[in-house]
Amino acid sequence: MRGISRRTLLATGGIALAGAASGCGTPVATSFTGAQPATADVIFWHLFGGGDGANMGTMVDSYRSSSGRSVEPTLLSWGNPYYTKLALSASSGRPPDVAVAHLSRLPLLARAGLLEPVADQFTEAGITQDRFTPAAWEKATVDETPYAVPLDTHPFVMFYNVELAEKAGLLGSDGRLKPLTGRDDFVAAVSAMKEAGGEEYGAVCTITADPSTNWRLFTMAYSGLAGPLVTDLGTKVTLDRDAAGETFEFLQSLTGSERLMPSTATATTSSTLFSQGRVGFLFDGVWQIPTYRGVEGLDFDVAPFPPLLGSDPVAYADSHALVVPRSEGRSSARTADAVGFIKGLLDQSLTWADGGHVPAWLPVQESEDFRSLDPQSGYIEAAFNAVYDPPGWYTGAGSDFQTAMGSVIASVLSGGTDPSSGVSDVADSLKTFSTARSPV
Amino acid sequence: MTTGAVALPARKVDETSRSATPEDRGPRGHTKVGWLFAAPFLTLYVLFLIGPVLIGAVISLFNTTTVTPGLGTWVGLSNYADVLSSGDFWASMWHSVLFTLLTTPLLLLLPLLFAILASRMARGQWFYRLAFFAPFVVPSAAVCLIFAFMYTPETGLISNVFGWVGLTPPDFFGSTSGAWFAVTLLTLWWTFGFNFILYTAAIQEISEEVYEAAAIDGAGPWQQIRSITIPLLRPTMSLVLILQVLASLKVFDQIYILLAGGPNYSTRPVIQYIFDTGFTSYRGGYAAAATLVYFVILVTVSVLWLLIRRRTAGPQSA
Repeated sequence: MRGISRRTLLATGGIALAGAASGCGTPVATSFTGAQPATADVIFWHLFGGGDGANMGTMVDSYRSSSGRSVEPTLLSWGNPYYTKLALSASSGRPPDVAVAHLSRLPLLARAGLLEPVADQFTEAGITQDRFTPAAWEKATVDETPYAVPLDTHPFVMFYNVELAEKAGLLGSDGRLKPLTGRDDFVAAVSAMKEAGGEEYGAVCTITADPSTNWRLFTMAYSGLAGPLVTDLGTKVTLDRDAAGETFEFLQSLTGSERLMPSTATATTSSTLFSQGRVGFLFDGVWQIPTYRGVEGLDFDVAPFPPLLGSDPVAYADSHALVVPRSEGRSSARTADAVGFIKGLLDQSLTWADGGHVPAWLPVQESEDFRSLDPQSGYIEAAFNAVYDPPGWYTGAGSDFQTAMGSVIASVLSGGTDPSSGVSDVADSLKTFSTARSPV
Repeated sequence: MTTGAVALPARKVDETSRSATPEDRGPRGHTKVGWLFAAPFLTLYVLFLIGPVLIGAVISLFNTTTVTPGLGTWVGLSNYADVLSSGDFWASMWHSVLFTLLTTPLLLLLPLLFAILASRMARGQWFYRLAFFAPFVVPSAAVCLIFAFMYTPETGLISNVFGWVGLTPPDFFGSTSGAWFAVTLLTLWWTFGFNFILYTAAIQEISEEVYEAAAIDGAGPWQQIRSITIPLLRPTMSLVLILQVLASLKVFDQIYILLAGGPNYSTRPVIQYIFDTGFTSYRGGYAAAATLVYFVILVTVSVLWLLIRRRTAGPQSA
C-alpha cells in the first residue's frame, strides 16, 4: 500500500464505482426512481425452452428486422417461478412490456388488476375478437373484459402409431384414424391396437410422477359429463360427485379390468413404449410432437379424443397468450410498440405451429399453409372444443392445484384407491383450496 | 427466518458485557465511540432483520398479498388459526425436523472422527484440512446440479455405483426414502467441512504438554484420544450440536433445488412451504404468520438448549 495514499485510493474507487453505475446506467437509475427500465423498445418475458424457445427466437428476430424495433427477450424458468416473478414485477410497478401467460393462469392476474385490458389500441392494430378461436378468446376474457391475446391452443390428444392402426383396421381411406363415435368405439379401438401390436397393452399415458398429465386425462373425460369443479374464482366447489365417480370408474377400467393401459408408467415408460411401437396409442399433449418427430422409424399421427363420456367431444387444453402487464409509467408510444410486437408475433403463428400448437389467430389457422401441415392440421377441431382449468386463483398450468388433483387421480388409475374414495379425496382437496383465503 | 439463530447470541453477548463490566466501563466518551463503531452493523441489523420481523408481525394480521399493493384487509389472528390447523404446514414442519434428525448425528460425529484423524497425520495436514473444507465453499446451486447428475437413474455415477456392488439403486427422485437418502448424502458431503474446521480449531487449542505428560505415563494413541482429546472437545461438540440443529432446521436450498420438495411434497421443508404460500400462491399475510410460528419454535429450541446447558454444565461454561 506504500505508493498509494488513502485519499487516492478512495478517489479511484469512487470514480470506478461511478463508472460502473453509469455503465449500466438506465436500469440502476430506474431502480431508484421506480420507473420501468427502458433498455429496448419492447421488453419481453417468456418461458419457452427447447424447440418452442428456438421458434420464439426466430419470430422475435424476424420481427426485429421487419419492424426496426429493438426487442429484449428474457427466458425465465417455466411454471410457478415464472408467475411469481410476473406478478411481483407488475405489482411493484416494473413489469415487462409484453409477457407470455397461460390462459389458465389469467383469472388471478386479471382480477388483481395487473394486466392492461385488450382494448382500443389493440383494435386499431386489427386484434379483434372475430379473428381468434372462440374458446381461446372466451378464456382470455375475465369479467367480460379481454385481458390477453391468445397465441395458440395446445390440447391433450391421442397420438397413434400409423402402422399398427392400419393393421388394426382403424384407418380411413384418407390414411388417417377413422373418427371414433363414443366410449365403446374408443375401447374397441384400443383393444384392436393391443391385438395388432401383439403386446401387453394398447395405449399408454404417463401416470407415475406426473400429476398434470393425470389431471388433463381426468378433466377431459369428466368435462363430457359436468361443468367445472369450482367456480367464483375457486371459492365455490361445484364438483358433480356422480360424474366424477363415473369418470373414475371408466378410467380405472382402462388400466384395471380391461388391461388396455399400464397402471404405472413414468414419462420414460410412455415414450419408450410408444417410440418402439409396443403400444398403438399415446395420450399426451401436442407439445410432445417434436419429441416423436425425431424418432427414427416411427410413423405416427395425432387425432383429437372422441366423446368418451357424454355426447360431445371435449378436448382438455391450455393456451399460450400475450399480455401487457399494467405499468403506470408506460407511455402510449411504448404501449403502441408492445401492441405492434404482439401483432408481429401473431402474424408469424405458422412458425409457432411447428411446436404442435394450433394457432389461435384465424388468419393463419385458416390459411392453406397451416392446413397442409401434418400432423397439426389433424386436430384443429380440438381447439374449438377446448375445456380449460376451472377459473380460480389457485388453478392453472403447473399449479399446486394440478399437483394435488393429479396425485389423487394417479392413485385411482394405478389401482391404489377405489373410485368412490377417489371422489371423496378430490372433494377433500377441493375443500382445502376453496376455503383458503383468496389473495384477490 | 434466521433471526432465531442470530438474535440470541447477540443478546447474550450484550448481557454478559453489561453485567461483567459495570465499574470499568470508562469515561462517557468511550460509550459514544462504541456506539459509533457499532452503528454500521446496527443500521443493517435494524434495517434487514428487526425491521422485516416487525413488518412480518404486522402483515400476519392482514390478508396481505403479493399481487396487490398495501396491507389488504384486517383479518386478526385468523391467519394464525389457519396455519396451526393446516396439515400441510405441520407436514412440512415434520420434514424439517426429520431432516435435522437424519443429518445432525452424522454431522456431529463424522467430522469429529475425521478431525482427530487429520490432526494425527504426521505430514500434509494442510492438504486434509483443505480437502475436507473445500466443498463447503461451493454454492448450493452448483452442489445440487452436480449431485443431480450423479443421482440420475441409469446414467448417474451414484446410481451406477449401486449397480457395481450388485444393489438396486434407490429411486432418488421418485421415492420419498430415496429422496431423503439423496439429500442427506449431499448435505453431508457439502457441509461436513464447517464442523470439521470447528473441531480442528479446538484440537489445536489442546496443549501439547498434556499429551506429552500422558505419553510419559504410558498412554497409547487410542487412550490419548479417549481420555484427553474427546473430553476436552466436549464444549465444542455442544456448540457444533446447537449450530447444526439450527442450520438443519433452516434447510431450504438443497431440497428446493434438487427435489423441489417432491415427490408429491413429501420432502418439502417448512421454509419452502412458507415460500410456496407466500410467493407462489401470493398469500403474503398467511406466509408471514407461518414464518412467525416457525420463528417461535426456533427460539424455543434455542432457549431450551440454553437452559439445559446451564443446568448441566454450571455457570462457568460459555
